[in-house]
Amino acid sequence: MEKPENLGVLNIDTSLYKTRLSKKYLNRIPYEIPDNRKILSFIPGTVLDILVTPGQAVMRGDDLMILDAMKMQNQLKCKTDGRVKNIPVKKGDKVAKGTLLLELE
Amino acid sequence: MPISKKIKELQEKRERLLLGGGKKAIEKQKALGKRTARERIMALLDKDSFNEYDLFVEHDARDFDMDKKSLPSDGVIIGSGTIYGAPVAIFAQDFTVAGGSLGLMHSRKIAKIMDHALKMRMPLIGINDSGGARIQEGVNSLAGYGEIFFRNTISSGVIPQISVILGPCAGGAVYSPALTDFVFVVDNISKMFITGPEVIKTVLGEEISMEDLGGARIHSEVSGNAHFFASSEDECFEQIKKLITFIPWNNAQKARIFDPSEPLPEYNIDKIVPDDPTLPYDVRDVIRAVVDNSDFFEIMEQYAKNIVIGFGRMKGCTTGFVANQPLEMAGVLDVDSSDKAARFIRFCDAFNIPIITFVDLPGYMPGVDQEHAGVIRHGAKVLYAYSEATVPKLTVILRKAYGGGYIAMSSRHLRADFVFAWPSAEIAVMGPEGAANIIFRKEIMSSDDPEGMRRKKVEEYKMKFANPYVAASRGYVDAVIEPSETRAFLLHSLTVSENKVIQMPEKKHGLPPF
Repeated sequence: MEKPENLGVLNIDTSLYKTRLSKKYLNRIPYEIPDNRKILSFIPGTVLDILVTPGQAVMRGDDLMILDAMKMQNQLKCKTDGRVKNIPVKKGDKVAKGTLLLELE
Repeated sequence: MPISKKIKELQEKRERLLLGGGKKAIEKQKALGKRTARERIMALLDKDSFNEYDLFVEHDARDFDMDKKSLPSDGVIIGSGTIYGAPVAIFAQDFTVAGGSLGLMHSRKIAKIMDHALKMRMPLIGINDSGGARIQEGVNSLAGYGEIFFRNTISSGVIPQISVILGPCAGGAVYSPALTDFVFVVDNISKMFITGPEVIKTVLGEEISMEDLGGARIHSEVSGNAHFFASSEDECFEQIKKLITFIPWNNAQKARIFDPSEPLPEYNIDKIVPDDPTLPYDVRDVIRAVVDNSDFFEIMEQYAKNIVIGFGRMKGCTTGFVANQPLEMAGVLDVDSSDKAARFIRFCDAFNIPIITFVDLPGYMPGVDQEHAGVIRHGAKVLYAYSEATVPKLTVILRKAYGGGYIAMSSRHLRADFVFAWPSAEIAVMGPEGAANIIFRKEIMSSDDPEGMRRKKVEEYKMKFANPYVAASRGYVDAVIEPSETRAFLLHSLTVSENKVIQMPEKKHGLPPF
């Protein structure tokens, strides 16, 4: 019988348990409330075209960008009215899933 | 032709075929650290016990110049033999012949030995080492896979089915192992995936090595597709042989009974579990303190470590163990541990193996990731598996049994035959801290010293509910026992459960929350 090592603390119903924490638990992505002003890539792909410029006023439903992924041209639409603040990617960029593509003010 | 000459002819034909893909291909296989298919069968089975069938089978594909190619035994070896005297049917794909690719005759040979195993009610072992479908044979190859999957499914719960992944096993081919009961993998040799790194890169732009995508470690630690991990083929074969000693040949029999022996004295059951319910310990030591010779054969050791499953013997008889592991994630039930436990419980039930459950858990795991991953559905599998099981079910509550976790872990309410609790057991809706915060909220908030009041109320709750006696007073617990009495109570319960009869309502099949 060995003495337990590498212990962390897990809170279940406000009781604090001394225990080993799994990799899955430690690497989990904390949940964030979706922000409609941030357009993220929902899939890894290539930025095929950018249809707006910073400063431009946009409306809900406008096409902002075309992302080439899974052999499909995916139109990224605006989710809320606003003004384009910045576009941190450029045409031809390969982006991973969850990359910030465009931000509204 | 005189018979002696005919025998000589047979010997020559055999000799040629036994070389499989030839010396060059064999050298290549060895360079990868792999044995040949035939060597694997010999290493696994009892000496001289292997009888081979269909050595002379050949394909009759004609397209793409296949008619000019001879593929010895069509790239797969089938037959039967014994492991420690137990009969087993076996097939082993021969990577030295056309990369072990699966064509029509190859698949017919596998189907033949599967039918044989089912008819003769003996375990089936499949050694997978194949590049996949033999593309030249088109839909015939796909048909072959389908015939295998169908037989895996029909044999499920009738004979034990074991898959050994000793090479690539990709695309549709992975579904045969997935349908079987135990999957064995070997470090650096096993590779399993539906779509390989190339396709993933093309389609999704994600780069990953074959090992990180579907190597032995990934399937043992992350995906949960594999049950046993070994560092070498030899170690893998030892694991398979050991497993065979624990399981029956079919669902109408019980596992072989061994000579009984006592647990080792170094596992002192009185000293394993700390009093404080928030402190960890290794629950496997509790199992070792009650099983014969302290020999616990763990399954899925590296996956969802917050629950422990495996086999041990009680007075020589195979018993399945399920135990919350406070050492890992406080022993909570979550998506992965529920899945792991439920599948094992159903295996035990199908093959007449009694189940002993050791309970010590704070409940189900909270979290957005858990809820979104379907902890409701996966958690329900545990309830389903325990409720449905008709084999003897024995439960020992060691310490915490809170909330839904208490119900799920083979409680009286799911028809456990015997429920025992140690004096350290705390059977309650939730931990004292959480419960006191809710019940005495007003008192705590309005107190001049909220923290002092909270502590007082937590103690009050502990005194009243954090014990086994409330549950025992309702008969939900049959006996409160000293830790040192555990083995004796379990052995007695197993003895009196020997002829357990349970009538279940007739149905075509249940609908577990897969």
